Amino acid sequence: MSQASLAKPPRSAEKSAAATVLSMLWRDKLAFVSVIVLLFVFLCALLGPALLGDLATDQNLRGRNSPPFDLSRGWAFVLGGDALGRPMLARLIYAARSTMLVAAGAVIASLIVGALFGLVAGYMGKTVSQVIMRLADVIMSFPSLLIAVVVLYVLGPSILNMILVLAITRIPIYLRTTRAEVLEVRERMFVQAAIVMGASHWRIIGRHILPQVAPTLITIATLDFAFVMLAESSLSFLGIGIQPPDVTWGLMVSQGRPYLGNAWWLAFWPGLCIVITTLALNLLSNWMRVALDPAQRWRLEARSTTDE
Amino acid sequence: MNDALLEVRNLSVDFHTARGTVHAVKQISWSVGRGETLAILGESGSGKSVSASAVMNLLDMPPAHIVEGEILFGGQDLLKVSYEEHRALNGKRIAMIFQDPLSHFNPVYSVGWQIIETMTAHGRPADQARARALELIARVGIPDPEAALHKYPHQFSGGQRQRLMIAMALMLKPDILIADEPTTALDVTIQAEVLALLKELQRETGMGLVLITHDLGVVAEIADRVVVMSKGEIVEQGTPREVYHAAKHPYTRQLIGAAHGKGEINILDIASPVLLEVKSLCKTYGAFTALNDVSLTLHRGQSLAVVGESGSGKSTLARAILRLEGVDSGQAVWKGRDLIGMTARDVLGMRREIQMVFQDPTQSLNPRMSVYQIISEGWDIHGLMPDRTARQAKVAELLEQVGLAPEHARRYPHQFSGGQRQRIAIARALALEPELIICDEAVSALDVSIQAQVIALLDGLRQRLGISFLFIAHDLGVVRDFADTVLVMKAGQIVESGPTGQIFSASQHPYTQKLLAANLDPDPDVQAQRRLRASDG
Repeated sequence: MSQASLAKPPRSAEKSAAATVLSMLWRDKLAFVSVIVLLFVFLCALLGPALLGDLATDQNLRGRNSPPFDLSRGWAFVLGGDALGRPMLARLIYAARSTMLVAAGAVIASLIVGALFGLVAGYMGKTVSQVIMRLADVIMSFPSLLIAVVVLYVLGPSILNMILVLAITRIPIYLRTTRAEVLEVRERMFVQAAIVMGASHWRIIGRHILPQVAPTLITIATLDFAFVMLAESSLSFLGIGIQPPDVTWGLMVSQGRPYLGNAWWLAFWPGLCIVITTLALNLLSNWMRVALDPAQRWRLEARSTTDE
Repeated sequence: MNDALLEVRNLSVDFHTARGTVHAVKQISWSVGRGETLAILGESGSGKSVSASAVMNLLDMPPAHIVEGEILFGGQDLLKVSYEEHRALNGKRIAMIFQDPLSHFNPVYSVGWQIIETMTAHGRPADQARARALELIARVGIPDPEAALHKYPHQFSGGQRQRLMIAMALMLKPDILIADEPTTALDVTIQAEVLALLKELQRETGMGLVLITHDLGVVAEIADRVVVMSKGEIVEQGTPREVYHAAKHPYTRQLIGAAHGKGEINILDIASPVLLEVKSLCKTYGAFTALNDVSLTLHRGQSLAVVGESGSGKSTLARAILRLEGVDSGQAVWKGRDLIGMTARDVLGMRREIQMVFQDPTQSLNPRMSVYQIISEGWDIHGLMPDRTARQAKVAELLEQVGLAPEHARRYPHQFSGGQRQRIAIARALALEPELIICDEAVSALDVSIQAQVIALLDGLRQRLGISFLFIAHDLGVVRDFADTVLVMKAGQIVESGPTGQIFSASQHPYTQKLLAANLDPDPDVQAQRRLRASDG
């Protein structure tokens, strides 16, 4: 394979980075579909509320719990209506924004903070590491829902506070993983080699250690996405999370729970949205792990040389 | 050959990997008789271990696939017997020992328990097994066998562990012992002892010994017959003398030619100025003394070899000079300035002038960086060569200098062989135009023929660019063709130092002499003479 890529004319080298990524994405059909799904969700979150107008919030008590796949009330009711007669499809699109905002915000914030402290704790001396780890233990020893309830009760429920609370409770996951990996990676020979060349601490952390740790962190982050969505829904269920008229998929699931017996679609569609989004993220992270690893990348490039 | 105990006939094994099918061995045949020692000689990737793994049913299938052939032992074809029947033979009739005994002993059980288990697992009573274990542990030369039974693997040295492994293999008096690189991980003096032990035990028990090795010296010392493997095929076979003196296949000739100790010995140019002067360095780890009053002088353009066995402190010395590790006392004067007392800022400047090449290139190159990034990193660090095209040209030049091609710059380390990776590491060291390169066991992890190439490369660089080398090795043979001065270290002290020629021809210290004697010569006749002299003396 390597020979083949070597023998190829320099044309391939001049191919733009974006084209290379796209072609590697095309090799993994599942990842390709995932990207399309995620782009769709992203567009819904970005443009949905503006396009839908009042459709998602207008109540229509005659259409309460109207069943799905019935087009007599118009296309918006194709997935049925909710307990207040609002069209499910419009509600789902409308909810995408808050859901994504809370989940992505919390996951990214906890990932960045956790990874940063983890890198420092793993790389620096014993005292710093001890302090950071004990702080993480303190966070972990509280039931996460309990912290959330207390903090949100004190600060008042808002999307920003939700992100803050969920991020704090998830930080130790990233922190501990990062630290454990750093402890192993920093003993590797190429780190020693970098020291001999005179590399600064930041260079060693950023250039030599972080790239080895990143794939693990990305995988955990995508798994955490679903967890954060569900945690947010339980907070909303308790009434200290997202406040109406704002809505999230998780909140829709818990609101649909009392009607599971006679109107399953109330909880089913938002649940499906959560599953599809998380699944797409997982498949994409799987692809990324392979695409980012030079030793594995040929799996995505290989067929391009044999196909032609 | 009717008296063959174990015979492999026309064995072909394929490996189905994601990158296509690899023919690991092709149509190979060998046999070993009672009391005979067969050596299978080959470099990494030659398929030398595959046939032994097939004998022991250790191949993972898939990915491995036995295409054809048979393995005859005691009148039956081992490739056709059931798993249960095979298990009854393994350990009992055919035993195996491995390169690294630490990874093959289970760390949570005592050594005695594990040795006894080989016998109880085959249905022998425990008290009988215990008696036999005691007898064998004493036989392989472990002091106080009764206490040794209750110790754990980490409490023994590497050589002792290999002895215990041999004891374990011999518990059930096997007919065949397969030894896969049994001495590769050991110091030379220990290697000689273990080989002598194997030979003695073979004489006592009359077992057939199959020895898999990459080392011509081991073959010369112990083998009755040798088969040479290259790329999955047997290219040559015969007695070690025939093969050494009248090799027919070009590969064998190349292998013999690569054995060190034949070239001109370098002479030191004392007129050149002193570059580095180490003055009485001392370093202890708790009760263990790593460096005890070590002093040395290195001139510009000199290649100084530091030779010692594991635990002699030679790596600590290198790490101390590079400020990777602190010392208790002493000085290392680099061009008039003491490295040990330098501030962190000054150390950065020094880092450009002294570079290091590590033992294992697989680990010393960041797997996620391309060759271009690896080589140019030093310029990033020190803010050199800001121009991109100039950089690319310089990387290409460096790659050519170490015998690689400019287009290799875009590839990643895993796409290269071990020898090529070490060349990349050397190119990285050269990128900063250092005045001194410290090579810490830089060729130990490489195949013999690759070793010779890398040493020739380093020697060429020394002559062309005037770079000095501090070359750390555990093996005297390796340094003979390269170093002009040799220091021999033992237990943190320099026991002998002098010009290479003098160390090799007229060494004074008994330890140096012992090292030289333990260093196996690839010529079977030389080895035979040495053995004769040893038994006389």
